[in-house]
Amino acid sequence: MSKENGVIYRISGPVVTAVGISPRMYEVVRVGDEGLMGEVIELHGDQSVIQVYEETSGIKPGEPVIRTGQTLSVQLGPGLLTQIYDGIQRPLPKLEETMGVFITRGVDADGLDLKRKWEFNAVAKKGDEVSSGQVIGKVQETETIEHRVMVPPNVGGKVKSIKSGTFNITETVCVLDDGTEIAMMQEWPVRHPRPFVQKYAPDVPLITGQRILDFLFPLAKGGTAGIPGPFGSGKTVTQQQLAKWSDAQIVVYIGCGERGNEMTEVLDEFPHLIDPNTNKPLMNRTVMIANTSNMPVAAREASVYTGITIAEYFRDMGYNVALMADSTSRWAEAMREISSRLEEMPGEEGYPAYLSSRLAEFYERAGRVETLSGSDGSVSVIGAVSPPGGDISEPVSQGTLRIVKVFWGLDAGLARQRHFPAINWLNSYSLYPQALDQWYRDNIAPDFPEVRTEISTLLQIESELQEIVQLVGSDALPVDQQLTLEVARMIREFFLQQNAFHDVDTFSDLDLQYHMAKAILSFQEEAKKAIAGGAQLEDVVNVPARTDLMRGRFEKGYEEKISDLVSEMNKQIDASMEAN
Amino acid sequence: MSGKEYRTITDVKGPLVFLNKTEPVSYGEIVQLMLSDGSIKNGQVLDTSDDQVIVQVFEGTASVDRQTGVKFLGDVFKLPVSKGLIGRILDGAGRPRDGGPDIVADEMADIIGAAINPYSRQSPESFIQTGISAIDACTSLVRGQKLPIFSASGLPHNDIALQIARQAKLVGSDDDFVVVFCAMGITAEEYNFFVHDLERTGALENSALFVNLADDPAVERLITPRLALTAAEYLAFEHDYHVLVIYTDMTNYCESLRQIGAAREEVPGRRGYPGYMYTDLAMLYERAGLVKGKKGSITQFPILTMPGDDITHPIPDLSGYITEGQIVISRELHQKGIYPPINVLPSLSRLMNAGIGDGKTREDHKSVSDQLYAAYAQGRELRGLVAIVGEDALNERDLQLLKFADIFEDQFLRQSRDEDRSISEGTLDLAWNLLSNIDTKYLVRLDQKWIDKYHPTEKSSNEEE
Repeated sequence: MSKENGVIYRISGPVVTAVGISPRMYEVVRVGDEGLMGEVIELHGDQSVIQVYEETSGIKPGEPVIRTGQTLSVQLGPGLLTQIYDGIQRPLPKLEETMGVFITRGVDADGLDLKRKWEFNAVAKKGDEVSSGQVIGKVQETETIEHRVMVPPNVGGKVKSIKSGTFNITETVCVLDDGTEIAMMQEWPVRHPRPFVQKYAPDVPLITGQRILDFLFPLAKGGTAGIPGPFGSGKTVTQQQLAKWSDAQIVVYIGCGERGNEMTEVLDEFPHLIDPNTNKPLMNRTVMIANTSNMPVAAREASVYTGITIAEYFRDMGYNVALMADSTSRWAEAMREISSRLEEMPGEEGYPAYLSSRLAEFYERAGRVETLSGSDGSVSVIGAVSPPGGDISEPVSQGTLRIVKVFWGLDAGLARQRHFPAINWLNSYSLYPQALDQWYRDNIAPDFPEVRTEISTLLQIESELQEIVQLVGSDALPVDQQLTLEVARMIREFFLQQNAFHDVDTFSDLDLQYHMAKAILSFQEEAKKAIAGGAQLEDVVNVPARTDLMRGRFEKGYEEKISDLVSEMNKQIDASMEAN
Repeated sequence: MSGKEYRTITDVKGPLVFLNKTEPVSYGEIVQLMLSDGSIKNGQVLDTSDDQVIVQVFEGTASVDRQTGVKFLGDVFKLPVSKGLIGRILDGAGRPRDGGPDIVADEMADIIGAAINPYSRQSPESFIQTGISAIDACTSLVRGQKLPIFSASGLPHNDIALQIARQAKLVGSDDDFVVVFCAMGITAEEYNFFVHDLERTGALENSALFVNLADDPAVERLITPRLALTAAEYLAFEHDYHVLVIYTDMTNYCESLRQIGAAREEVPGRRGYPGYMYTDLAMLYERAGLVKGKKGSITQFPILTMPGDDITHPIPDLSGYITEGQIVISRELHQKGIYPPINVLPSLSRLMNAGIGDGKTREDHKSVSDQLYAAYAQGRELRGLVAIVGEDALNERDLQLLKFADIFEDQFLRQSRDEDRSISEGTLDLAWNLLSNIDTKYLVRLDQKWIDKYHPTEKSSNEEE
């Protein structure tokens, strides 16, 4: 491929038109005297339309455009974890070093540190027959994560030589019979899914420690979830909770068009967080991508692809990866903005007609798979959606809901009452319980699915009763229905509400969740008995031990105390019957 | 670049001028138009190619003709900045409006501004006391935040903005704020109100004003906030000032954005606003914050009036997705005669948790704030119920909550325009007093230890023991 050079013909915001080159679609080109990075997104006669990943003011027609022959790719290898990237895999700390606190343009930075030496331990031997995706060596990348160096896709053969030792990621560690040299680093074009053997049905839950999510609306490892919600309803906090607490081995967090200050909060907070599963810093298993709302729009468009490619790479090593994208609406808006600069015929609300197919392609890259090396890995994708005005009939929400299997519907009304997480239990859903129930029966409790059904039925009944209460007041209801309302209130205030900022309450494991749910049902049962035996509803509800049970969840060691608290509550309820 | 003058205008459409056969012109370059009567207009390149250049003219295109000379100045728009900006009043294009001399530039700063590397930001966590209980207790402001006021026509948002500008201070610090005020399309009357108030309180000499009034060119509004923020960045990050940027009215800014979009025949997004409005607004709002290694800070108070009081309108909606919360002004409270009529329920400060608590405001702040919200929200809901079934149908708890909602509005929200309440004795103690109207067993959001320590009646009984 000759390095043919073209010139700029036209500039309109982030979209630049060049003439004199005939690149491939999605080829990366260098634009202008400063060599700004851009990607070809349309070919039109002899004109090539380029989206530029950096600010374009000050650039003139007539400046050069140079082909690179490459499509937009990421560098994959040891050094990804703990890193913080912009949308096109430039490490932000590196950018700070070279250009100070403001992001100027025309600066290139490798995604991985090419000089850093890693301890490579070969696991393949001379004479082994190796194929794509097979692990040939290991590197302890962080304290908790072992990086498995794989044969790059489309490469394979007999190992001629392989050596353990200290290398940087571009040095050859393995040579095949046909002379192919393999280094620790490989590159992969972000817009192409990485290959695998087959997709499995997801049947293991992704445990998040968030009661309403795990218990009522679970997500499977390798599944997809959408969180639509109006601004201020706690999307970001929910996403961050998932990034902190989910039991995936690797977390990829994409801040796509996010607020700078909030991104900073994440960047500041994460390095101090401890992974509850390993007691090591959470950053050890995290890759972050931060493209704030005022950073160039084309890089925002690319950021989700950069993120998911990195996630797939870790999946191929046999890890369970959770990817959070906050927010996919900002990504869709980036598509819209670029589409309108291209003067494409718009679809609904100005979004391009290919919006829903792009969304589907993205979510389809999730899944639990048999990797090329025969192991089992997964990518779970959790996408936040920010519907304008909180109205989920808009195209991005609808396009997302058609694909994802779990819907966590955030509700501004709940947020206003400071009910957090403000996930509406009436309209949210998960299509996974069917597939996961066996796992719960085997691993948590044989009656786990039944308890869940009882809890959600109570909430459903409450919403029907509330309609009556709105009209006649709660005193007009018969006493058993008043009790149902009390039980439902207990579900909401004690179980569904969870304080993300509280040291203890922020995470509940599945066992505890199960016991808390059982405690509520136990209260219901005892209270029914007591009332039938002549106790007053008010006395039953106000037994001090119930308050202790509910407040107790904020204290350490709650899981040990909960059964005592429940029996104490039951004893007091019994006593209230005798008092009458 | 040469001072070559072109007379190749082909089309004039609204605020846009189209010309052809130019030398290569850069995107974003500034432009001068020489009219036949000798007057000069300024503009900026919006689209450039070998064949055609599109220029947006800030002062409007009145009396531009095909003979008008067009000069490309070879540079992007820059503002002369220096400490001398403080105490000055400039027009919407950055020229002196107060009759004073030109600004002597220490530096020429690009007004587009570069994005702050998220890695280089510092988390905002210093509480700013505004002296307004509703804000301090429920939507606490921190230094480096951008917190818009969502208002509507006929509501006292300007009074609130001014009260904040007057009273804002860091607890336990003497650092004062420099106010950068940016007016976009407001009336002369509103402008005078701001200037008189700033003058009256002596704040004017600590302020820099950028003023585009309702009868000034609409397109100029697109650069006015960029000038103001460029000045703010310079003062904050070169001279360590803590800058409070107030801009009003964002709705006028967005209207101008729509006007340009329409003139360029762009594919419109929602309600005719351009599809890139989110990015465009983000490039303003995101110029708030603190950066590592610099002492100064930029805190933003954009004011926007929601057309038709509609919070789902694209302007408040997109703003809300970028800013760190919002303060919502309520017509209902205003009509009840309550000042400041802040509806705390839809109001929010996303950075609040970082700025409050022990050592910052007070240890019980978060609990109290949650409890106020919860109790007030339920009390307001009950008002609807009472309208149908009457108070008699309510139980004890509901009656207390109902009464609390009234007391909360009347005593907590309501304060006078120059009443400056301190966070601890003024606001939080008042909150405890009001909450003591509700039986403690219904105050489920309050930790027992705070009840023991701060509850006016429960506390005293403890001390007697």
